[in-house]
Amino acid sequence: MSADTAIHINNNEPSYLEYRGKGTGIKSWIFSTDHKRISILYLVSLLSFFAVGVTLGFLIRLELIAPGKTIVEPQTYNSFFTLHGVIMIFLFVVPGLPAAFGNFFLPIMVGAKDVSFPRLNLLSWWLYIIGGLMAITSIFLPGGPADTGWTFYIPYSVRTGTNVIFTVFAAFVLGFSSILTGLNFITTIHRLRAPGMGWFKMPLFIWSLYSTAWIQILATPIIGITLVLIAIERIFGVGLFDPSLGGDPVLYQHLFWIYSHPAVYIMILPAMGVISEILPTFANRTIFGYKFIAFSSIGIALFGSLVWAHHMFTAGMSDTGQFIFSLLTFLVAIPSAIKVFNWVATLYKGSIDLQPPLYYALGFIFLFCIGGFTGLIQGSLAVNMQIHDTSFVVGHFHYIVFGGTGFGIFAALHYWLPKMTGRMYNLKTAKTAFWIAFIGFNVLYFPMLIMGWLGMPRRYYDYLPEFWPYHLTATIGSWILITGLAIMFVNLIKSVRKGPVVTKQNIWGGHTLEWSVPTPPPLENFEEVPVITEGPYEYKENEEAEPELQEVK
Amino acid sequence: MSIIAHEHAAESHVHRDDVGSRMGMWLFLFTELILFGGMFFLYAVYRFMHQEDFHVAAKELNTIIGTFNTALLLTSSLTMALSITAIQKRNRNLSIFFQVITIILALGFMVNKYFEWTSKIHHGIFPGSEELLAQNSGQILFFGLYYVMTGLHGLHVLIGMVLIAVMTRLTKRGVINADSYVKLEAAGLYWHLVDIIWIFLFPLFYLIT
Repeated sequence: MSADTAIHINNNEPSYLEYRGKGTGIKSWIFSTDHKRISILYLVSLLSFFAVGVTLGFLIRLELIAPGKTIVEPQTYNSFFTLHGVIMIFLFVVPGLPAAFGNFFLPIMVGAKDVSFPRLNLLSWWLYIIGGLMAITSIFLPGGPADTGWTFYIPYSVRTGTNVIFTVFAAFVLGFSSILTGLNFITTIHRLRAPGMGWFKMPLFIWSLYSTAWIQILATPIIGITLVLIAIERIFGVGLFDPSLGGDPVLYQHLFWIYSHPAVYIMILPAMGVISEILPTFANRTIFGYKFIAFSSIGIALFGSLVWAHHMFTAGMSDTGQFIFSLLTFLVAIPSAIKVFNWVATLYKGSIDLQPPLYYALGFIFLFCIGGFTGLIQGSLAVNMQIHDTSFVVGHFHYIVFGGTGFGIFAALHYWLPKMTGRMYNLKTAKTAFWIAFIGFNVLYFPMLIMGWLGMPRRYYDYLPEFWPYHLTATIGSWILITGLAIMFVNLIKSVRKGPVVTKQNIWGGHTLEWSVPTPPPLENFEEVPVITEGPYEYKENEEAEPELQEVK
Repeated sequence: MSIIAHEHAAESHVHRDDVGSRMGMWLFLFTELILFGGMFFLYAVYRFMHQEDFHVAAKELNTIIGTFNTALLLTSSLTMALSITAIQKRNRNLSIFFQVITIILALGFMVNKYFEWTSKIHHGIFPGSEELLAQNSGQILFFGLYYVMTGLHGLHVLIGMVLIAVMTRLTKRGVINADSYVKLEAAGLYWHLVDIIWIFLFPLFYLIT
């Protein structure tokens, strides 16, 4: 039986993959306003940028394998870590889950046919691509790529001869794209929920996207204007931040982090949402503490918006300010811990089905815990003075953003990709890839925590011989990690091209709405908009069976 | 049969939700407010740090032109609101008339702004000029903020004018009518935002001396 007939048997309407719309070929994709097609556009483009980012990361690690010059000049190295940061943050991690998986599953999970503003949705992808191409083009323009680090700290970013304006403007355009996605999601969640889907019947992924969307709307404009001000400062010499003209560079840091700290929560919250979807499905059990998880998303969004100055404890701030920001930083740990405890409690007494998505979800919890705890260490004032701007920070950040969001995206890929494409990947290979990536990850980033603690500064091109063993280990870890990633992506790409066809609606036994529509979903998602009568994780069969199991014991 | 199904699918893809559209517009306006908020924040901090310099620098601005411009923008907000009321009352020509008046008033604002800026630049006060760099850092910051904030506001006025011009065209073609005027309303909301930002810029730069 060929793939096409299989899909036809399953549903009356054509799947979104078959429906061509007005254009043909590539046009039917890049001008489509269907949220599912836009999601695929995002997925393909952001994974391509991810490949570029990984390559740059690999080169950074290779340069650091031994002290002194190894493969590139210091200037090139500076551009490497700047572009690695800009590409990974603005092009992969921030849009990752909301734009790719949120776009696909948000409307389906709330029982809608599309997002509120489909054309705006397409515009936001175009802005994303324009921003991405600008970031890439800046590499090849005279002056060379920016070498400021992804934080664009003033005064260096005003004085360096490199192409800062172009890179900064790319980030501005990407921010605008992110705002449009957030705006679209909030309106969709408010207006297009299916009849009967009250706020507390929404899947937790939707709750996390909702919190994320609010941060996207409320925080992104600030970085927008701040980055525009850098460009204006460079072009016209206005001097709002340049100390030689009376400006205050620390004020720049405040404005930058007012966005960029909440941005970390833009990155991590949707990943937490994915984990909250995957765990009940594979534990075959209702999520533990639904409302706590939902409200902790809001709590993280709220507290997370008020902690930005903990990036600047050494930059000059009043003692009162330091105490307050340190306290608020510790408070973010509470909603985060609530989530972790609830996830673990969900697994307790579940009938666990160890499939690849659950591997990545459990990997997420482990890595996120290390990332979270190291975050608390930095939040305490005295220790912060010691480890500020060391590779401890780099290690912590990668545990959160790569170990957290990255593994969250991989978990989502393994959970939802078969639903999106109608083809299954090789389960065994996926598990092997997980173990290699997971081990490689820890070999790569754990030494960073140790050498940072011992005083290795971040972003340095050269280092003292005593740090060499750690750098060597980390570089070897990067090779293992990349091997794991390569196996994972080859497996997934192979599945899209010629994996076995999946026609089952409910691939993993989940209870949210996306598992009640055909695989792959038809253009309209639902033939009839469903009426929701119960919560998203009602695993009755298992719960009723539970007393019997206890009797047997 | 399948073609019919496709057409049907394409049709129902276009749904109408006026409340949703308005909500989206309001959310967008929040982002605009926060965008300017970043600069108001800078203004507040620098004014606090350099009170005397800001005081001296503000005296150089022409309050009369500022007041006149405020009057122009406020009136244009009124005509914008009137154009929406006119379309609700099924008076298309009146609505178009008020929209055109709004654009003309906005144009007047921009012309004034042009003369104001050029006279400043003529006197050697612009970012990076020797005249300005010779002054205190507070004054440099004041004029830096003045140019950036009124410049960005001016850009918003221009965008608003283009937006209203598009609305005028849509009203002429009957796309915007008494039953479906949410687009015009959204443009109106945007225009009021442009107005309200000016309402804060005016006292901060011209009146507090």
